[in-house]
Amino acid sequence: MRPTLTRHALAILLPILNIGAAFLCAGLVVLAIGENPFNALGVLIDGAFGGSDVIGYTLYYATDYIFAGLAVALAFHGGLFNIGADGQAYLGGLGVALACLLLGDRLPWPLLLPVAIAAAMGFGAAWAWLPGYLQARTGSHVVVTTIMFNFIANALMNYLLVDVLIAPGQESPQTREFAAGAALPMLHEMAAGLGITMAPSPANLSLLLALGACVLFQLYVWRSRDGYALRVMGTNPGAARYAGIRVGRKTIFAMCLSGALAGLVAINEVEGANHHLATGFTGGAGFIGLAVALMGRNKPLGICLSALLFGALTQGGTELSLEIPKIDRDMGLVIEGLIILFCGALQDVFRRPLTRACEALGWI
Amino acid sequence: MDLIISLTDSTLRLGAPLILAALAGLLSERSGIVDIGLEGKMLAAAFAAAAVASITGSAWAGLAAGIGVSIGLALIHGFAAITCGGNQMISGMGINILAAGLTPVLGTAWFDQGGQTPSLAAAARFTPVSLPLTEALGQIPVLGPLYARVVSGQVALVYLTLLLLPLLAWVLARTRFGLRLRAVGENPHAVDTAGIGVARVRYLAALCNGALCGIAGAYLSTAQGSAFLPDMTAGKGFLALAAVIFGRWRVWPACFACLLFGATDALQARLQGVSLPGIGEVPVQMIQALPYIFTVFVLAGFVGKAVAPKAIGEPYVKSR
Repeated sequence: MRPTLTRHALAILLPILNIGAAFLCAGLVVLAIGENPFNALGVLIDGAFGGSDVIGYTLYYATDYIFAGLAVALAFHGGLFNIGADGQAYLGGLGVALACLLLGDRLPWPLLLPVAIAAAMGFGAAWAWLPGYLQARTGSHVVVTTIMFNFIANALMNYLLVDVLIAPGQESPQTREFAAGAALPMLHEMAAGLGITMAPSPANLSLLLALGACVLFQLYVWRSRDGYALRVMGTNPGAARYAGIRVGRKTIFAMCLSGALAGLVAINEVEGANHHLATGFTGGAGFIGLAVALMGRNKPLGICLSALLFGALTQGGTELSLEIPKIDRDMGLVIEGLIILFCGALQDVFRRPLTRACEALGWI
Repeated sequence: MDLIISLTDSTLRLGAPLILAALAGLLSERSGIVDIGLEGKMLAAAFAAAAVASITGSAWAGLAAGIGVSIGLALIHGFAAITCGGNQMISGMGINILAAGLTPVLGTAWFDQGGQTPSLAAAARFTPVSLPLTEALGQIPVLGPLYARVVSGQVALVYLTLLLLPLLAWVLARTRFGLRLRAVGENPHAVDTAGIGVARVRYLAALCNGALCGIAGAYLSTAQGSAFLPDMTAGKGFLALAAVIFGRWRVWPACFACLLFGATDALQARLQGVSLPGIGEVPVQMIQALPYIFTVFVLAGFVGKAVAPKAIGEPYVKSR
C-alpha cells in the first residue's frame, strides 16, 4: 500500500493549496486588467484587516454570512437545499421593520430586541413554510420553489416599499428612520465600554447574536433528539420513515427553522446597521450563505471561519475598487467564486500531487 | 386578433433563450450532472458576445465568443463533476458567482461604462430576418399577418432555436449517442460494463450544454438587447432549470414550460398600467411576479412527483 498523508496534514495543507490556487487565478484576472496583482492583494488585505474601522466592516459582513450560512446548513442537514435564504432574509427585514416602526419609540432596545428577533424569525419562517410544505406534500422540488420565492419576495417587498411603507416625502424606496432608542449598540460603543478604542463601523451587537446562534445550532443538530432525527432524514429518508420519523412534518419544520435563521440577517442589517428598511438590503447575503455553508462543511466553526473569509473579501473588494478605480468592486465576488470552485468543487485536485510531492521529498 | 398575434410574437422572442438554456440543462441533467450554473454561463456568454461584437462589429463573431466562453465554463464544471467527483451544486454556484463577478470587473476595466458594454450598431446585432414572400402572403386574411409577424421577422437565433429543438429531441430519443447519454444518467455502471466510457459521454453532454448556453447568452445581449448590462440574465437560467424540472426532464414538456414562461412574461408587459374590470389597476410588481407565482402553482398542482434521472448528482467511480 502506498503511504498517504495523515488526515490532519491533508485537512490543513489542502485548503491552503486550494485558496492559493484561487488567489493565483484572481491574480491573473488582475493582470489581464493591467494592474499589479501583488499591489491589489496588499490593498485587499489592508482593506479588510488594516485598521479597526475596516475590521468592523469585515465583521459586519461576516455577521450576515454566519446567519445565512447557518440557515443553509440547517436545511442541508435535513437533505434540503434552501436556495431561498435571500428571500427569507428579505421578508425577515419586513418583520424587523414593522416591529421597530410600531414599537421603536415606546420600548428601549433591550426590550425591543426580543420582539424584533421573533418578528425576523417568524417572517423568515413563514416565507420558507410554503416551499417546505409543497416539498413535503406535493413533491414539487424545494430548489425550484425557493428560487421562485426569491423572485416573489423581491416583487412583494418592492411593492410594499414603493407604494405602502415609503416615508412621506421620500424619493428612494425606504421606510422612515427608526426611533433612536430602537438602534442596537454598535460594536465600537461596546468596545469603548470595555476600554478598547475602535473606529466607528456598522458592526453591532448582532455579531454576538450570530455567535450565540452558532452554539445553539451545534447543540440542536448534534446534541438533541430533534437534530438527530433531522440528520437521519438528510442521510436516508427511507430509513427515517421506517424508524418512525414523520418525514413530511420534519421537512416543513426544517425549512421553517432554516427560514427563521435566514430572517436574522435582517437584525444585523435593518435594526443594527441601517435603522431603516430599504429595497435590496440583503445584498445577496443569502446566496453567499450557500457558499459559506458549503465551504464550512455545514458545521458552526467552519461556517464562522468561512463567513469571516467572505466578509473580508466583500469588504476588501470594496476598498480595492476605491483605491484602484480600474478594478470594479465586484472583484471580491470573483475571488469568492474562485474560492468556491477550488475549495468546494475541486477540493481534491491537489490530493494526489501533494502526496506524490511529499513522497519524493522523503517526508512520508 | 392583433393582440393575439403580438402576444404570440413576444412569447416566441422571450421564450427562445429560455428554450436554449433549458435544452442545455436537460442534456446535462439527463447525463447525470446537476447544472445550476446555467445562469452564470448565460451571463458570461452574454458579456463575451456583446464585448466581441462591439470590438469586431460582427454579431456572428460575438456569438462564437459567447459559445466559446460558455463551453469553457461548462468544461470547468465538467472537470469538477466528472473527473474530480466534486460536489456539483457547489461547482454550479461557483460558476454563477464567478460570472456575476467577472463580467462587471472585465466590463469596467475594458469599456469603463459601469460594467456595460458600448451600445451595439445594427451590423453588430442580430436583426430581424424577413422570410421570402412576406409581402405576398401577408395579404391573406388571418394566416397572412400570422406569417408576416410571427413566422417571419424573427432574428436568426430564434430560427436556430426552432431548428435545434426537434434536432435535439430526435438525437436524445432516437440516436445511439442519445441512448448512451440517457443511460449514463440512469445507470452508469451498466454503460461502463458495455464498454462505453462514462466520462466521455458526460463530457460530450457538457460540451453541448456549453454551446447551447452560449447561444442563449448571446441572444440576450446581441439579439434581444443591444448591449451587455450587468446581471442581465436576471434569473433566466434558474427559470430554465425550473422548466426542465417542470417538464420532468423531457424535451417537449420542458419547451412547453419555457413558452409558458415566455407567455406570462409577454402578458405581464401588456398588463402593466391596464385597469382590469372588477379588480382595478393591479400593482406592477404583482404582474412582474406572475410568472414565478404561476410556476409555484403549476408545480404544486399538476406535475406530481417529478422523477429525476436516477444517477443525477452522483459522481461515477469506476469499480475497482
